[in-house]
Amino acid sequence: MIELKEISKKFGDTQAVKQVSFSVAKAETLVLLGASGCGKTTTLKMVNRLIEPDSGQILINKQDIIAQNPDVLRRGIGYVMQNIGLFPHYTIAGNIALVPKLLRWDKAKIKSRTQELIKKLHLPESILAMYPHELSGGQQQRVGLARALITDPPVLLMDEPFGALDNVTRTSIQKEFKALEELKRKTIVMVTHDVQEAFELADRICLMDKGEVVQIGTPKELLYHPINDVVKNFLAGQRLVLEFKVTNIQDIWYYLPEGIVYHEETVNADLSIWEAMELLRNKDRSELFVCGAGKIVKSINFEQLTKGFNQYQNAQQHE
Amino acid sequence: MNEQHQTLWQFMSGQSDKLFSQTLQHVGLTFISLILAIIIGLPLGLLIARKRKLSGMILGIAGVLQTIPSIALLGFMIPVLGIGAKPAIVALLIYALLPIIRNTYTGIIGIDLPVKEAARAMGMSKRQVLLKVELPLAMPVILAGIRTATVINVGVATLASFIAAGGLGEFIFGGISLNNTNMILAGAIPAALLAIILDAVLSLIQNMDIRKLRKVLYILPIVILLLGGFYILPSAYGASLTAGFTPEFMGRQDGDLGLKSVYGLKIHTIVISDAVMYKAAYAKELDVISGYSTDGRLKAFDLKILKDDKNIFPPYYAAPIVRDEALKQFPDLEKTLNLLAGKITDSIMTDLNYRTDYLHQQPERVAKDFLISKGLYKAPKSGHQGTVRIGSKIFGEQYILAEIYSMLIKGYTAYDVATKTGLGGTKICFDALLNNQIDFYPEYTGTGLLVLLQPNPKVAKEMAQDKEKTYRYVSAAFEKKFKIKWLKPIGFNNSYALMMRQKQSKELNVNSITDLKNYLDKN
Repeated sequence: MIELKEISKKFGDTQAVKQVSFSVAKAETLVLLGASGCGKTTTLKMVNRLIEPDSGQILINKQDIIAQNPDVLRRGIGYVMQNIGLFPHYTIAGNIALVPKLLRWDKAKIKSRTQELIKKLHLPESILAMYPHELSGGQQQRVGLARALITDPPVLLMDEPFGALDNVTRTSIQKEFKALEELKRKTIVMVTHDVQEAFELADRICLMDKGEVVQIGTPKELLYHPINDVVKNFLAGQRLVLEFKVTNIQDIWYYLPEGIVYHEETVNADLSIWEAMELLRNKDRSELFVCGAGKIVKSINFEQLTKGFNQYQNAQQHE
Repeated sequence: MNEQHQTLWQFMSGQSDKLFSQTLQHVGLTFISLILAIIIGLPLGLLIARKRKLSGMILGIAGVLQTIPSIALLGFMIPVLGIGAKPAIVALLIYALLPIIRNTYTGIIGIDLPVKEAARAMGMSKRQVLLKVELPLAMPVILAGIRTATVINVGVATLASFIAAGGLGEFIFGGISLNNTNMILAGAIPAALLAIILDAVLSLIQNMDIRKLRKVLYILPIVILLLGGFYILPSAYGASLTAGFTPEFMGRQDGDLGLKSVYGLKIHTIVISDAVMYKAAYAKELDVISGYSTDGRLKAFDLKILKDDKNIFPPYYAAPIVRDEALKQFPDLEKTLNLLAGKITDSIMTDLNYRTDYLHQQPERVAKDFLISKGLYKAPKSGHQGTVRIGSKIFGEQYILAEIYSMLIKGYTAYDVATKTGLGGTKICFDALLNNQIDFYPEYTGTGLLVLLQPNPKVAKEMAQDKEKTYRYVSAAFEKKFKIKWLKPIGFNNSYALMMRQKQSKELNVNSITDLKNYLDKN
C-alpha cells in the first residue's frame, strides 16, 4: 500500500533521514519508533509531502506521490498530529467538515457522516457547535481523529497522536483507538517515542535511530530477537511490561493448570498477559475464566498466571 | 472683545456650519488615508511574514518614515504634490503604514505552528490557508494595528490644515494664533472625541467573538469607504483666483474679516500655514496670499505687495516686550535691548529675512554680520549673573531678532542667555511670557493691540492709523493689565499685506486691494 524506497533528507548539514526503506501492507499499522531526533517525524511527513525528500521514491498504491498535486494528495490521506491543530476559529463541526468541504461534498452527506463518526468516538453531539478551546484535551484529540477519518481515507498518518494527553486519558483513548472498527481497515503509519504505545498498537514496529532504520519487525521479534544492542537497550527499561504485552494467554496455555471447567462468562485466550493481569487486579476478581482453543475453558488466578508466564519464559530462553 | 465673553457653546453653535464641514473633512482625511494604508500595508505585512529576510528592511523603513516630524513631512510633500488634499493624504498614509504592516506581520507569524501545519496537511492550497486560516486568526492583531493607525491619523490630520487640506486643525491653529481659547477648543474637543469614539468602536470590533467578527469584517470596508467619501475635494469653486490665508489672518479684523467688511472682497480662500504659503504662491498654487511686509520671501519669490488703499492693516512696529520683574532682576537689560532701537528699517529687515529665508544663512550668522556692520558687535563676556530667557515666534524674522538680542546681552552685560525660539504663535509666546517661562520676546504693536488687548472696534479703528498712538496705547495698557513693558521700537514696520506674483499683478493690472476686488467682481 505504502512503499518508501531509499528516502533521504538533509536539513542544512544534518542528515535527518538516511536511506530509509520500508513498506506497509494494506490495513497494517506500522509504528515508527525512536528517540526524539531520530528522523521518524520527518519520515512520516514525507509521506504526505509536508516535507519533500532529497532523494528516493515514495509510492502509495503503486503511484509515485511526486507525480501528484500535493494538495490533492493530502486530501486523500488522513493526518492526526500531536498538537491536534484544530482551527480555533472554526466550530467542531466546521473543523471536522474541513476536508469534505475542500472535496465539495454536499451538506447532508457531511452532516450524516459527522454524526456517525462522533457517535463511534463517544463524543456528545452538543460539542459540534462548540469551539476547540471549550473541549478537554481528550475530546480535542478525538475531534482531531474524526477530522482525519471523515472522508474515510484508506491511509492514515499519525504523528504522536496521544502525545499531548495525560497518562489516564492516553490509556483510555488508546483502548478506544484499538477497538475502533473504522481503524482496523486502514493502512496506518504512526510515529511515537513511547515503547509501550508502540507495542500496544503496532502490527509491526520500525525502530529508527540517527535517521536510519535499525530493525523492522513485529513487537515479538523486536523483543525476543533484537538484531543489535541498540534495539535491546531501547527496550530494556520496560522489558517486563513489554513481555506481558506481547505474550497472550494462548502462548502460555500449556503451562496453565488443567482444571477444565465450564463457565458462562469467559474471556478469549488472545488476551495479553498484561490485560489479564489488569482484569484480575482491577475488577477484584480472584479468578478469570479463559476460553482457549477447542472451547476448553481454564480458570486462572493471579499466581497461576505469573507462574505460567515464568515457565513459558524459561522455556523460550532454553529453546 | 465679544469673542472673549462668548461661551464655548455659543462659539460652536455660531460656527456650526464650519465645524460640521471641518469634522467631515477630518473624518474623510483620516479614512481615505487609512484605506490606502491598509491597501498598501496589509500585502506588505503578508509579504514579510512569508519572506522573513525582508522584514527587517521593510519594518525599518516604515519605522523611519514614522519618526519624521509631521510638519517636516508635510513640507517635503509640497514640491512634489503641491498643497491641499493630496500631500496631506500621503503624509497620513505614511504614518498609518507602520502599525498596519507590523501588526499584520506579527499576527501572521504568531499563529500556532500546528494549526498552520494542520491546514497544509488537510490539503488546503496556499491561498486557502491564507484566506481561511491565517487572515482570520491574525485578524484581531491586524485590527489592533488598524485601530492604532486610526487614532494616530485623527491626531496628525489636525496638521493637514497647514497645507490647506482643511480639517479640525483650522480651528485649533487659528485659535492658537488668535489667542481665542474657544476656537481652539471648538477644534480640539471634536478631534479628541473623534479619536476616543473611533478607538472605542474599533476596540469593540477587535474583541468581538469570531462569529460576529466575520459579519463585521464584511461591513467594515464599506463603512471605511463611506467615511472616506466625506472628504469631498474642495473643487466646486469656479473662481478665477485663489487666496491662501494663514489661520491667524482668517480670524483677524485686520485680516480676512476686514477684507470682507471694508473692501467687500470675495475670493475663494483656503487656509494654509505661513511656512508653506509663499512657496505655494510661487508655484502658482495660490494667487493671493496674506504675507508680512518685511518678509524676505517677498524678494525671494518675486512677489508684489498690493496697496492697502483703505487702511485696514494697522502699523506693526516691532519692539521687545519685557516682564517688569525681569527688568528689576536684570538692571542692565533695558539699556542693552534699547541699543537696537531705530536701527533696523523696513528694507534692512527685508534683507535680513531674505538672507535667512532664501539664501538659507544661519540666523546666528545673519545677526552677527548685521551687528558688525552697525559697529554694535562685542565678543561674549560669558556672564554668570543670571540667565535671561529670550522667546521668539516661529518665523524667520523672530529668530534673527532673538539672535541679535542674545549677542547684545552676551556682549554688553554679565548675563547669560537662554533662547526659547519657535514658540508656535502669538498666544503661545505671550502665555509663556505671562507665566514667567521667558523674560522677553519681540512683539508688534498691531498684534499687541488687536490680538492681545482686543479693545472695542471703535478704539481699535482710531488707533490703527497712527503709529505713535498705537504704541502709547499698548505701552500703557500692557503695563496696567499685564505688568509688561514695551521697550523702544526697533524701527521697522512689519504689517500684514496682501501679495501677488509680480508677473500676474502686471498682467491683470492689479496694484491695490481695490483693484483686486474690482478684478474679481468682473470675472
